[in-house]
Amino acid sequence: MEIRPILDPETATRNMAEIEPKYSPQEAVTEANRCLYCFDAPCIRACPTGIDIPAFIKKIATGNITGSARTILSANILGASCARVCPTSVLCEGACVLLDRDQQPIKIGRLQRYATDHVLDDNINLFSPPTKKSGKRVALIGGGPASLGCAAELALLGHEAVIFEKKPEAGGLNTYGIAYYKLTPEVSLKEVELVKQLGVEIRTGVEVGRDITIPELEKEFDALFLGVGLGSTLRLDIPGEELPEVVEALHFIDDIHTKPLHEVAVGKRVAVIGCGNTAIDAVTQAKRLGAAHATIIYRRGERDMPAYVYEYELAKQDGAEFVFYAIPEAVLERDGHVCGLRLVRTEMDAQRNLRVIPDSAFDFPCDMVIKALGQEKMTAMLDHLLPGLDLADNGTIRRDDQTGQTNIPHVFAGGDAANGGSEVVNAVGEGKKAARGMHRFFSQQEATGPIQWSRMGVVDAPPYGAGLDAPVRVQETATSFR
Amino acid sequence: MADLSVNLGGISSPNPFWVASAPPSNTGYQCHRAFEAGWGGVVWKTLGEAIVNVSSRYSSLDLNGNRMVGFNNIELITDRSPEVNFREIKECKERWPNHAIVVSLMTDTRESWHEYVKRSMDAGADGVELNFGCPHGMCERGMGSAVGQNPDVIETIVGWVMEVTQIPVIVKLTPNITNITYPARSARRSGANAISLINTINSITQVDLDRLCPEPYVAGKSTSGGYCGPAVKPIALNMVQQCAADPEVKLPISGIGGIQNWKDAAEFIALGATNVQVCTAIMHYGFRIVEDMIEGLNDYLDRSGMASVTELIGRAVPTIDRWENLDLNYKRIAKIDYDTCIGCNLCYIACEDGAHQAIALVDPDAEGIGEGPGRLPGKAVPKIKEDECVGCNLCSLVCPVDGCIDMIDIDTGKEPMSWTQYQERVASGDMEPIPPHQ
Ligand SMILES: Cc1cc2nc3c(=O)[nH]c(=O)nc-3n(C[C@H](O)[C@H](O)[C@H](O)COP(=O)(O)OP(=O)(O)OC[C@H]3O[C@@H](n4cnc5c(N)ncnc54)[C@H](O)[C@@H]3O)c2cc1C
Ligand SMILES: Cc1cc2nc3c(=O)[nH]c(=O)nc-3n(C[C@H](O)[C@H](O)[C@H](O)COP(=O)(O)O)c2cc1C
Ligand code: SF4
Ligand code: SF4
Ligand code: SF4
Repeated sequence: MEIRPILDPETATRNMAEIEPKYSPQEAVTEANRCLYCFDAPCIRACPTGIDIPAFIKKIATGNITGSARTILSANILGASCARVCPTSVLCEGACVLLDRDQQPIKIGRLQRYATDHVLDDNINLFSPPTKKSGKRVALIGGGPASLGCAAELALLGHEAVIFEKKPEAGGLNTYGIAYYKLTPEVSLKEVELVKQLGVEIRTGVEVGRDITIPELEKEFDALFLGVGLGSTLRLDIPGEELPEVVEALHFIDDIHTKPLHEVAVGKRVAVIGCGNTAIDAVTQAKRLGAAHATIIYRRGERDMPAYVYEYELAKQDGAEFVFYAIPEAVLERDGHVCGLRLVRTEMDAQRNLRVIPDSAFDFPCDMVIKALGQEKMTAMLDHLLPGLDLADNGTIRRDDQTGQTNIPHVFAGGDAANGGSEVVNAVGEGKKAARGMHRFFSQQEATGPIQWSRMGVVDAPPYGAGLDAPVRVQETATSFR
Repeated sequence: MADLSVNLGGISSPNPFWVASAPPSNTGYQCHRAFEAGWGGVVWKTLGEAIVNVSSRYSSLDLNGNRMVGFNNIELITDRSPEVNFREIKECKERWPNHAIVVSLMTDTRESWHEYVKRSMDAGADGVELNFGCPHGMCERGMGSAVGQNPDVIETIVGWVMEVTQIPVIVKLTPNITNITYPARSARRSGANAISLINTINSITQVDLDRLCPEPYVAGKSTSGGYCGPAVKPIALNMVQQCAADPEVKLPISGIGGIQNWKDAAEFIALGATNVQVCTAIMHYGFRIVEDMIEGLNDYLDRSGMASVTELIGRAVPTIDRWENLDLNYKRIAKIDYDTCIGCNLCYIACEDGAHQAIALVDPDAEGIGEGPGRLPGKAVPKIKEDECVGCNLCSLVCPVDGCIDMIDIDTGKEPMSWTQYQERVASGDMEPIPPHQ
């Protein structure tokens, strides 16, 4: 049977509402006052963009909310979406010292959201384009978090940045891919506006390689940034894959972001193949959009699933079902529509190698199949765009960890296309690093000025935020006053 | 961007935030770190003849899990030599020409005061602060608060200083006195350029009940210390306001005591301080707190349409009047917002046992109040007896939910009448005495 939207507008909206509502002022201040305001805080180091977390939390406690947002956004221009989508339990909150004292880390993500919402909701203008311009121009290919992070930092450093995005709106997966109940496209688009406030130009609906070529860009710009993300979902390569109800997770999620929620078609019995975070997002959203059953089919066991524990817990709470140790062999068809999956059982031997159990096939009834096996690398596109570009064996762009520079000196890269698929905050952080890499490429000067001495210990500290703000100690003043 | 620069009795600084004379201003190294973090001025740790400190020297008051709500010390003036200090002051001043460096001094004889003031000028200091405030160790030797508690002695010593100084003189006052305006007036009469207050308050923060000896514990004994930190802010605010309002003081004020953030600072300035000094909050968190102070004050001034911090100075002073001038006919009563009330009934028991028995516990269904957040069905809810409520504010102070109990103005339809006017009217027979409360 053909699949259709299931819920009325009201129910769909209610089900897909944000799972973590905004703090009230009192909640925010109470939580902020729990923070110890650590010095050289581990939470800062755990943040890939190096946000000064104790400083922004302290500012919430004192009622300086605008200043708090300034602290956040000057380190991470996508601070509002990161506040909602970051896997905080494995990043900042996972490093909070309070875990060792009373098991409850500070809710950094929710506080970050409180502060950034304040400026986004009230349209407070925090930034203006710097007046000093270097005259250097950078073209950024792709308008996702990596390019936005890079462009914002370039703008702050006085360089001109122009983003080329093939979709009608910028934001990348932030606008089209993140689970709706975590982040709505509206927030992502407000952040895009913030980047524009810094003087960054964004040309949407322009696909590089089709509408404009790399040589054309090279003529006009001094450097390029590749923030193209990843490609479409990997194929199952089984019979029946071409049936209309077999969809890519990203297309299903894209629908959710581009159509009214009550117009998104969803099956009554949905099977999701794969068990990463994307699969979890798909199964949870299918369930919330009215599927009676939404089931993850995964070839390994519960303990092996790549999804984060808290994502798994969320899916279970939403009533998602799980079939472990099973692989699809074929999609079953009736009258040109999906009616089920033929699955075979798998098992793990003592060496933890996976093997198929002979004669174990069974049928699993479903009317929609969502493929969430991970995304392809952009190998073909990159080979076509920049034939000389050095790619790693796994198809990601090879680049210097600290500067984002590729084997072609004026080409830099970051985000999913370079790291193979990580989080929004990593993409922003890598974009920022690449911007600083370009700054050095242009000017032979470090982008990081001397970090305020009062914010540092007297021993050389390892770099903050995974190497972003590698502090330059003011050695000379240190010795003259000791 | 508001203009944050200030001028305190001839000493200018890029912003009103100064490090108070205390451990954070003990060395050139710290002074440098402070300026780098953004502080506008430093009052150097008090200099004088060499002293020796005990080892254990601080203790604090923790409150409901919050550390260092109040802080107590038995430390003396600097234990570093004047030579080293003056050399570092000179180095710092050369490096930070636009920031304020004030040298705090405490000594005894006229000659000695002369010498220290001259050496401060030679080092390039922007001013001196005379420490008449330290409540322990030094007063036993006739210095510190022993001076500050005696207005005549203040006048004599400030007089000695004025004989030689060519830089502004700030007199730092002790709060351990009945009326703060007396020493402040002496400072004025003897020609000082500004006053700063408060220094620390005599205190014992806690007694160790196993040893039966207070902290800080020094080999079986302890001693009275000086109290500071957030807990002393209300006392300091009051004293600052008294000096600001006194027509015989009329000196610029440097406000000190319990300042932790931009709001505290703004309150001091609104009550008459030109700038503020901070010690305990830095001892707790380091110099980095100034970033929020600068940013928060700036945003506040912008929001309030003030172009500079000087516009804020003393703005709230005139609103403080003598009790007998307050309006006896002004009336407010409590109002509970049942949509946010969580049903803890703390307001009820506070009013019932601690105030005026003006709150009833009623059946929510009978009152048509319904259930609020987290309240059990049918559980009694507090209801203000409007006729009984005197408007004292207590319930709104104990209520744990922001904005849940509002104190609202009631129009009594009566003209304003102060106690003084009331006395006059009763005396002249214009009105009957108000009957005593039942
Ligand atoms: C379903 C799903 C859920 C996720 N959930 C989370 C989450 O909860 N939390 C989290 O932190 N991360 C999450 N992620 C990961 C996160 O979205 C990515 O790591 C991040 O978006 C990567 O940013 P990027 O800029 O590298 O790439 P993208 O966001 O993919 O952006 C790349 C952009 O480049 C454009 N583009 C590509 N080629 C061209 C071209 N030739 N010309 C012009 N434009 C081009 C694309 O249209 C796209 O807009 C999720 C990912 C998926 C797929
Ligand atoms: C440990 C310690 C030492 C201090 N030493 C001095 C001093 O040498 N001279 C002085 O004028 N005040 C001294 N003070 C007082 C502070 O300068 C300040 O007036 C007081 O602490 C109130 O401010 P606060 O609440 O911000 O700490 C000292 C305070 C502390 C806590
Ligand atoms: S580690 Fe935790 S307590 Fe410390 S500053 Fe970070 S959030 Fe606050
Ligand atoms: S704060 Fe420093 S000097 Fe004081 S007791 Fe601790 S380690 Fe020692
Ligand atoms: S104190 Fe506040 S929250 Fe508690 S019962 Fe009274 S009104 Fe309700």
